[in-house]
Formats: sequence, structure tokens, C-alpha cells
Amino acid sequence: MNAALILIALATLGTAAVAMAGRNLLHSVILLAATWTGIAVFYLWAGAQFVAFAQVLVYLGAISMVVLFAVLLTRRAREESVAGPELKSRTFFSVLAGLAVAVVLLAAGASAPLAVSSGPAPEVTVRDLGVLLMGPDAAALLVAGVLLTIALIGAVVLAAGSGPDEGEDAP
Amino acid sequence: MSPLHLCLAFSSLLFAVGLTGALARGNSILVLLGLELMLNAANLNFIAFWRFGPHGSPATGVVFVLFAIAVAAAETAVGLALIISMYRHQRNIRLPEATRLKG
Repeated sequence: MNAALILIALATLGTAAVAMAGRNLLHSVILLAATWTGIAVFYLWAGAQFVAFAQVLVYLGAISMVVLFAVLLTRRAREESVAGPELKSRTFFSVLAGLAVAVVLLAAGASAPLAVSSGPAPEVTVRDLGVLLMGPDAAALLVAGVLLTIALIGAVVLAAGSGPDEGEDAP
Repeated sequence: MSPLHLCLAFSSLLFAVGLTGALARGNSILVLLGLELMLNAANLNFIAFWRFGPHGSPATGVVFVLFAIAVAAAETAVGLALIISMYRHQRNIRLPEATRLKG
């Protein structure tokens, strides 16, 4: 069981690290799609099938497509989906900060006295989730719906531009 | 090493990768993707504790992750709209060059 988890973790972390370090934005987005697939496989491994499907639908289906659109819309020439070089000092201190956070989190996780239950995964059927979302968690579902609506209207307003003189300085 | 500890190590490393990417890169799309990785690392923890932790109500972790995914989707939509707006104003999406509030 642990071997599968380690394999999933290595694949996910490897693709994420290469995506974050890469020069070509398109390659980064495609590698991050692989990362999100790895996370969905982790959810399946843990027995949370519904969350795995939600992850695939939302991240692979929606977010990676929107990010691809943004990458393609914000480049001027064919070769320009390449991220520019970063400052050496900035990279150095970012990696330092990342390593420090990783060490602190790993130490905290390894030393925490956790009560581990080794039994089977808790049974959560789609029916249970539906009853929860329509019953005790209905308020949260409504708030999430309002949040998504407002966010999407805001995104359209931000991205749609403001006046007829838009695009006059387009190349 | 128990599976729960391995899951925690996995999510810690994923969070660190996302944080490093968000801090190190100047391209705003990559910064946003680093933020997404950090959110995903938090979701991994919810599922890990739901699966291996002491059980309270059986669906709490799953419902929490579903709402977190919804909020992450909203955040990405607004973030990418901001990036496109920024590109329209200064023909550039690099954060170090985004030094004006009004374009």
C-alpha cells in the first residue's frame, strides 16, 4: 500500500517541480495537468472516488483549459510562451524559503503524535454526499454557488475590457 | 512509517514546491499555478486525515475538499481574468514589470 503511495507522490512531485522550474509555459501547463492527474489518483488510492472525479472534472477539464487559453491569449509571437529568465538572487532566496518551509512542515508532520486508524476507508456514497449537501450543508452549498456566480461575473467584467478604443495599440 | 505520515510528507513537499514556484517565478500565470499547487496540498491533507484519522462524521473531509475545489476554481477564473486585463494594459504579464496601479 505504501509503495503505491510513494510512486504516486514521486510522479506528482516530479511533474510539479519540473513544471515550476521550466522555461516554456505550455510545457508547464501540460506538466501541471499531469500533476493534477496524480492528485486525482491519490484521491482514488485513498478511497475518495467522488473527490477524484471532481478533481478530474474541475482541474483537468476546466482549470487547465482556462490556463491554456490565458497562456495562448497573452503571447504576442509564436516563440513568446517562454517565460523570461529570473533574477538569480530571487531564485536563490525562493528556493531557500521553500526548503525552510518543507523542513518545518516535514519535521512537524513526522513528530506529531497522530492516532492512525488502519481500518478500511469510511463509506461515503454519492447518495450520502447528496443528502449532506441538500440537508445540513445546504447553506454552504448556496454560499459556494453565490461565490462562483460573483467570481465568474467579476472575471467577465475584468477580461471584457471597457471601451471602443480597446485594441488600437494591438500589434 | 504509517501511511498518514507519508501523506503528510507528500502534501508538505507539494506545498513547498508550490511556494517556491510562486515566489521564484516572475510570470504571473506560473505564480497562479503555484498557488493552485498549495491549495491542492491542503486538500491532500483533508483527504489523508479523512482516510486515516480518527473518524467523526464519515463525510466531513470529502465535503470540505469539494468546497475547497469550488473556491479554487473561482479563484483561478478571477486570477486569469486579472492576468488578461494586465496584459491588455501593458502588453506583458511579468510581475516585476507590473509597477503601475492604473494602466
